[in-house]
Amino acid sequence: MSENLTPETEPAQPVAPAARQGKTSSRVIEHFVAPLEDTPLAAVDKVDNTAAPLSLWADAWRNLRKQPLFIISALLIVLVVVVAGFPQWFASVDPTSCDLANSAEGARAGHPLGFTLQGCDVYSRMIYGTRASLTVGVLTTIGVLVIGGTMGALAGYYGGWLDAILARLGDIFFALPLILGAIVINQLPAFRDNRSVWTVVVALVLFGWPQIARITRGAVLENRNADFVTASKALGLSRFSALVRHVIPNSLAPIIVVASISLGTFIVAEATLSFLGLGLPGSVMSWGNDISAAQPQVRNNPGVLLWPALALSITVLSFIMLGDALRDALDPKARKR
Amino acid sequence: MNSAASRNADTPLLEIRDLAITFSTQNGPVNAVRNAHLTIMPGETVAIVGESGSGKSTTALAAIGLLPSNGRVSGGQIIFDGEDITNVSEKRIIELRGNSIGMVPQDPMSNLNPVWKIGFQVKETLKANGLDGANSKERVAEVLAEAGLPDAANRAKQYPHEFSGGMRQRALIAIGLACRPRLLIADEPTSALDVTVQRQILDHLDRMTTELGTAVLLITHDLGLAAERAEKVVVMYKGQVVESGPALEILRNPQHPYTQRLVNSAPSLASRRLKSSKVTQAPAEAVSVAEPAPSSAPAEGRKPAGKGENLIEVRNLTKVFKLRGALGKGTDFKAVDDVSFNVKRGTTMAIVGESGSGKSTVAQMALSLLSPTEGSILFDGVEVNTLKSKALFDFRRRVQPIFQDPYGSLDPMFNIYRTIEEPLKIHKIGDSKSREKRVRELLDQVSMPAATMHRFPNELSGGQRQRIAIARALALNPDVIICDEAVSALDVLVQAQVLNLLTDLQAELGLTYLFITHDLAVVRQIADDVCVMQKGRIVETATTDEVFSNPRQKYTQDLLGAIPGATLLV
Repeated sequence: MSENLTPETEPAQPVAPAARQGKTSSRVIEHFVAPLEDTPLAAVDKVDNTAAPLSLWADAWRNLRKQPLFIISALLIVLVVVVAGFPQWFASVDPTSCDLANSAEGARAGHPLGFTLQGCDVYSRMIYGTRASLTVGVLTTIGVLVIGGTMGALAGYYGGWLDAILARLGDIFFALPLILGAIVINQLPAFRDNRSVWTVVVALVLFGWPQIARITRGAVLENRNADFVTASKALGLSRFSALVRHVIPNSLAPIIVVASISLGTFIVAEATLSFLGLGLPGSVMSWGNDISAAQPQVRNNPGVLLWPALALSITVLSFIMLGDALRDALDPKARKR
Repeated sequence: MNSAASRNADTPLLEIRDLAITFSTQNGPVNAVRNAHLTIMPGETVAIVGESGSGKSTTALAAIGLLPSNGRVSGGQIIFDGEDITNVSEKRIIELRGNSIGMVPQDPMSNLNPVWKIGFQVKETLKANGLDGANSKERVAEVLAEAGLPDAANRAKQYPHEFSGGMRQRALIAIGLACRPRLLIADEPTSALDVTVQRQILDHLDRMTTELGTAVLLITHDLGLAAERAEKVVVMYKGQVVESGPALEILRNPQHPYTQRLVNSAPSLASRRLKSSKVTQAPAEAVSVAEPAPSSAPAEGRKPAGKGENLIEVRNLTKVFKLRGALGKGTDFKAVDDVSFNVKRGTTMAIVGESGSGKSTVAQMALSLLSPTEGSILFDGVEVNTLKSKALFDFRRRVQPIFQDPYGSLDPMFNIYRTIEEPLKIHKIGDSKSREKRVRELLDQVSMPAATMHRFPNELSGGQRQRIAIARALALNPDVIICDEAVSALDVLVQAQVLNLLTDLQAELGLTYLFITHDLAVVRQIADDVCVMQKGRIVETATTDEVFSNPRQKYTQDLLGAIPGATLLV
């Protein structure tokens, strides 16, 4: 490599001495001086005290709140969260009081979206199903952040053999598809017999963490040699404290972006698992279970399948849009400085 | 092509009249350039000088129609060879680029495409201007040879990563001049290069453009360089031309207060060490403000060190890095080779060298952030490298760094108050109230308003950030501050301001500086003693006055000779 490098300076080249004296022109050059009042002289490097102080996050927020993508997705997410927390505010009909007399009935007053084959209210089930989907999504994301974030941060920061082991481990899990892995895990007797929100979360976390670990590792690698980290070590901060106090806070932006996008994909994964009968138990109301139950009637009563699927799509879409909006706001390259 | 030039010898080649350039930004339109005017006669070299953000590059880019997409010419005229090209069609501007107006960009590292061979990139230019014929290969070699690349035909087959920085810049000059333009715009062509390389490149550029009769528009932040290389200098400040005229006249008799300021603080033109205006007593007497570290137990071999004696003693320091080769075939690279020097208490020792000389590695070892392969560093008589955790913690309190990149050395997530408070917190000094008082005091010491406390680094300029970094370094009352290229990234005026601040602080607090720099001109302003490093070794050690008046080594002489503008004023 270095043998090919050209020599930086050439030896003993006579240098034109004339250039060192400065050049003079044979032409007459006018000496122009601008009037002082045109460009008043400011003090050197004066601090601009006019604008209000802004942190990076405040700056990102100022950016975000002007973006339609963010406004729409944030409103939708707020709506979804409120629905999940207080479904009774939105639906007055009990989703579990099903009457076979109403089986596959169409819409009527008080029941805007009609009934399922079992005679349950579609609208009410859609509203009450929000909680399970959102819970799985949020819990899985938290679990993935804790496990993947820790692994990635340690691997990126300390490097060496720790990095080699953790990175390979991540690669192995990365090679296993999320859904396939979760299907296999959920079929194990211990999981099959105790199906709940928690088994789904554990299965998804187990196969979902490598992505966050990779992102975190990359972000930490980028920051660990920054001058401010060296400076804090020179101040006497221990290596681990420097990681926690300086490196991780500066690595958060890409992690937040990826986390909000993967929250959406985890909700999809939960629905897929429930659809396959391997996710949440039938007793828990969820969009995946409802879609699964509506499958046989997709030809003669498609609405029953359509509504929970629509709710699922909108929720996932709003998290992915939020991730995109955050990426624009937090991307350092998009910033002026 | 010379015939065309001589035909119009008395009409300007490029004339910019009352130029105004506006950028549309998120916060509304910004007037980057106002009422700019300059004239370039055929074959003449004109330099635009100004600090970053003064609009000097923008003005030049407008002349070649390369303004960023959010910028536009909002007034005035650009006339090239009698033709108004202010708002001319894209087609016409493309015709002019390359064969009428050439360009040498600033950063040789990023302006060559890494996936194409050098020869291909030169040919591309010839092709774009319809100059590639059957003998294009010979033509490429010829163009590269003219730019001073030895063995050009073979060099053309190499990729940019096989070229050193200076060679890349030569290749870029070759590309810029390949189509024999009548005007060459050189935007800070050498500011990323070492001084000796810079001098060679500029000499060569000078010779070539004189031979070809090319006019040059040189953009630079260095007034000394501008005055040395150009017949005419245009000084820009805040988007306006504040002064223009014959180069030497501007340098010797500046009229506008801004130009006067520039001339006064240009480091290449200064000839003596800065003296603190605040304290008149000799700095060596003003010692021991710092609390003594409890750990300074006498070590073996300790010199009977009194005040003004050696605070740092570096003995036979060597650092070997293992470079990873193919499959275990690692090679050793001696970054620092048998380096010894002493730093006296209350004085400034400068380590000067070009990139790759190992000077920063020395700084890292002196900070005990890197352990040496061999040799020792004694700080106040105590060996630094064997310090255990508690003693090392106390050592950290007495030796503090300031780094080069003002944008990287402050945590962007911490506001200024937390940044300066951090060292006090780490060392558990005082309660929150006394810490706040100390932060205010420190901000005052580095002449920053106390209101800056609540701001974040991204709101401050490079020089202001550097002052904050100094405040953080001072928080623990250190004895020694190690400045690793602390002012190299700053504009001339800001650099002078920071250097003055450092001088004042030294006089006030009796600080000892280890000043790492590539810039001999800065050394003269701040240092008492100098070590000149080349390829990991110290080639010359002496007092600053001695090095400047009587350099003994050829390398030192070369470095001194390469300071732009050094010979002009005196």
